[in-house]
Amino acid sequence: MENYLIAMTVFAGIYAIMALGMNLIWGLGGMVNLGLAGFYAVGAYTSALVTTRLGLPIYLAVPLAVLVSALVGVVVAVITARLQGDYLAIVTLGLAELVRLTASNEIWLTNGTDGISGVPGPWRGVLSPTAFNSLYLAIVLCIVVILYLLLSRLAASPFGRVLRAIREDEMVAAVAGKSILSFKIRTFAVGCGLVGFAGALFAHYSSYVAPDVFQSIVTIHVILAVAVGGVGNMRGALLGAVIVIALGEATRFLAGSLDFIAPSQAAAVRESLIALFLIVVLNVRKQGLLPEKMPVYLEEKR
Amino acid sequence: MEVVQILVNGLMAGTLLAIPAIGFTAIFAVLRFPNFAVGGLMAIGAYTGLVANTMGGLPLLATLPIAFLVAGLIGVGSDKLMISGLRPSGPLAAAIGTIALGLLLENVLRFIFGNEFRTFNIPPVRDWRFGDLRVPPHQVENAAYAIAIMAALFCFLMFTRSGKMMRAVADNAALAGLKGINATRTTDLATFMGMGLAGVGGVLIGLDVAIDPLIGTRTMLAVFAAAVVGGLGSIPGAVLGAFVIGLGEELALLAVAPTYRTAVGFLAILLILSFRPRGLLGERRY
Repeated sequence: MENYLIAMTVFAGIYAIMALGMNLIWGLGGMVNLGLAGFYAVGAYTSALVTTRLGLPIYLAVPLAVLVSALVGVVVAVITARLQGDYLAIVTLGLAELVRLTASNEIWLTNGTDGISGVPGPWRGVLSPTAFNSLYLAIVLCIVVILYLLLSRLAASPFGRVLRAIREDEMVAAVAGKSILSFKIRTFAVGCGLVGFAGALFAHYSSYVAPDVFQSIVTIHVILAVAVGGVGNMRGALLGAVIVIALGEATRFLAGSLDFIAPSQAAAVRESLIALFLIVVLNVRKQGLLPEKMPVYLEEKR
Repeated sequence: MEVVQILVNGLMAGTLLAIPAIGFTAIFAVLRFPNFAVGGLMAIGAYTGLVANTMGGLPLLATLPIAFLVAGLIGVGSDKLMISGLRPSGPLAAAIGTIALGLLLENVLRFIFGNEFRTFNIPPVRDWRFGDLRVPPHQVENAAYAIAIMAALFCFLMFTRSGKMMRAVADNAALAGLKGINATRTTDLATFMGMGLAGVGGVLIGLDVAIDPLIGTRTMLAVFAAAVVGGLGSIPGAVLGAFVIGLGEELALLAVAPTYRTAVGFLAILLILSFRPRGLLGERRY
């Protein structure tokens, strides 16, 4: 039970990092990334591959994973940033499929659907499982706190102000002399890098990555976390991640308690509930639990 | 000879792909947002056709209008219930909502039918042979249905009052409103038609492969690619784009493993967005 709770908290932390990244892209930048699962996979696979194949230490592998995910983000953003957001949505959605396809089929590299096992974790062999879990939890929580502080600063900085201006009205921001393209690309890259970061942390925690882990439901979970918590509010992203993990576990128990249905049906019930919940949240409480704080003169407009 | 075979296969695949691609692009043209629920509704259509065929004992041709109706009604009903409230806050929220909706529909199907692959109940027929060229009669039949549907759609859009209304809203929503065209009715009609076409596309593609709840998701990238390559919002563009993707997927088989068919669509999207963002036949750049 103790290990279970710790594991869930670690996952909540990993989701919180993704939610922070998504909040930067969606909440501040007004862009969308529907291929989060793909970037999560890129980060996880990069870190898993360079540690297991090349023997790189974890503290080098994780930054490399962040870099690779961010670079993929740059490529996607450069191609679509001049166009309307619809194209970014389509391209990111496609990218996630492509990543999963590659992971399933390039067996020489990724071991196909069997996945890569034996991804090292920090001091995993030396510590007892509970100690390892606790240590990893501490690492993840530290990272979440640091990222939260950094991103809150970023949101309040001139950079964040420009992003919100672009989100509200691109033309006005452009007239004010801001390079829309450069701001969008940088924001998207940082956001994708964070999602890749979460992927790398996942790989070293679970010690196993496989294409099945990176289904589109992951994307839905993160979007749900941001939407529930409050789009544009970094604290909301953290709260949302905790709620989503709790909700995921609650639906697991709920679906498990319906003992008259098959396991595949239970999985269907879970995913349906999550999807339905997202639709309800989007419809009913558009600003989320912790709405973004807007200047007074804008509050009235909303 | 191999090249001719590839061309034939590609053209037939393109005809099938065109149907859901038209649905997707038509909804985009009128409502100005990418409706990602098409994948879910393709699956709904495929299973509707499957049930009508295997349990109802209906011939293939009769299942198509049923699939159109069921997918169209579920599409428009779920849109009114879950998505229409999101549209005022921008295309982003609506697009995200449709992703969740697609996932919901797929899982409802998974709950009812399970994950197994299923096939239609159709007697096997020997391939037609022209020299080395092999053409399965079923595929020709499906392609013929697809062409007939496109012709009917063309007539609907060109000659009927509702069709003209839809084109007017797609062209300039504000002006159409000034002329007294009811926006809600037109958007509902576009969603009904688009999702109905997605459903029919699901049946036609399901005849070609096997049916499982993810049939739409697997095909979705090719559908988007067809629409983007042709020009998002352009119906003739979607047809042309579907042929480009269909041929491209078959040609790619010469170079890469069949599992990478999907990658062709993605590559096509990236290429077209880099060099001609409005697509082959799109008039405007969005």
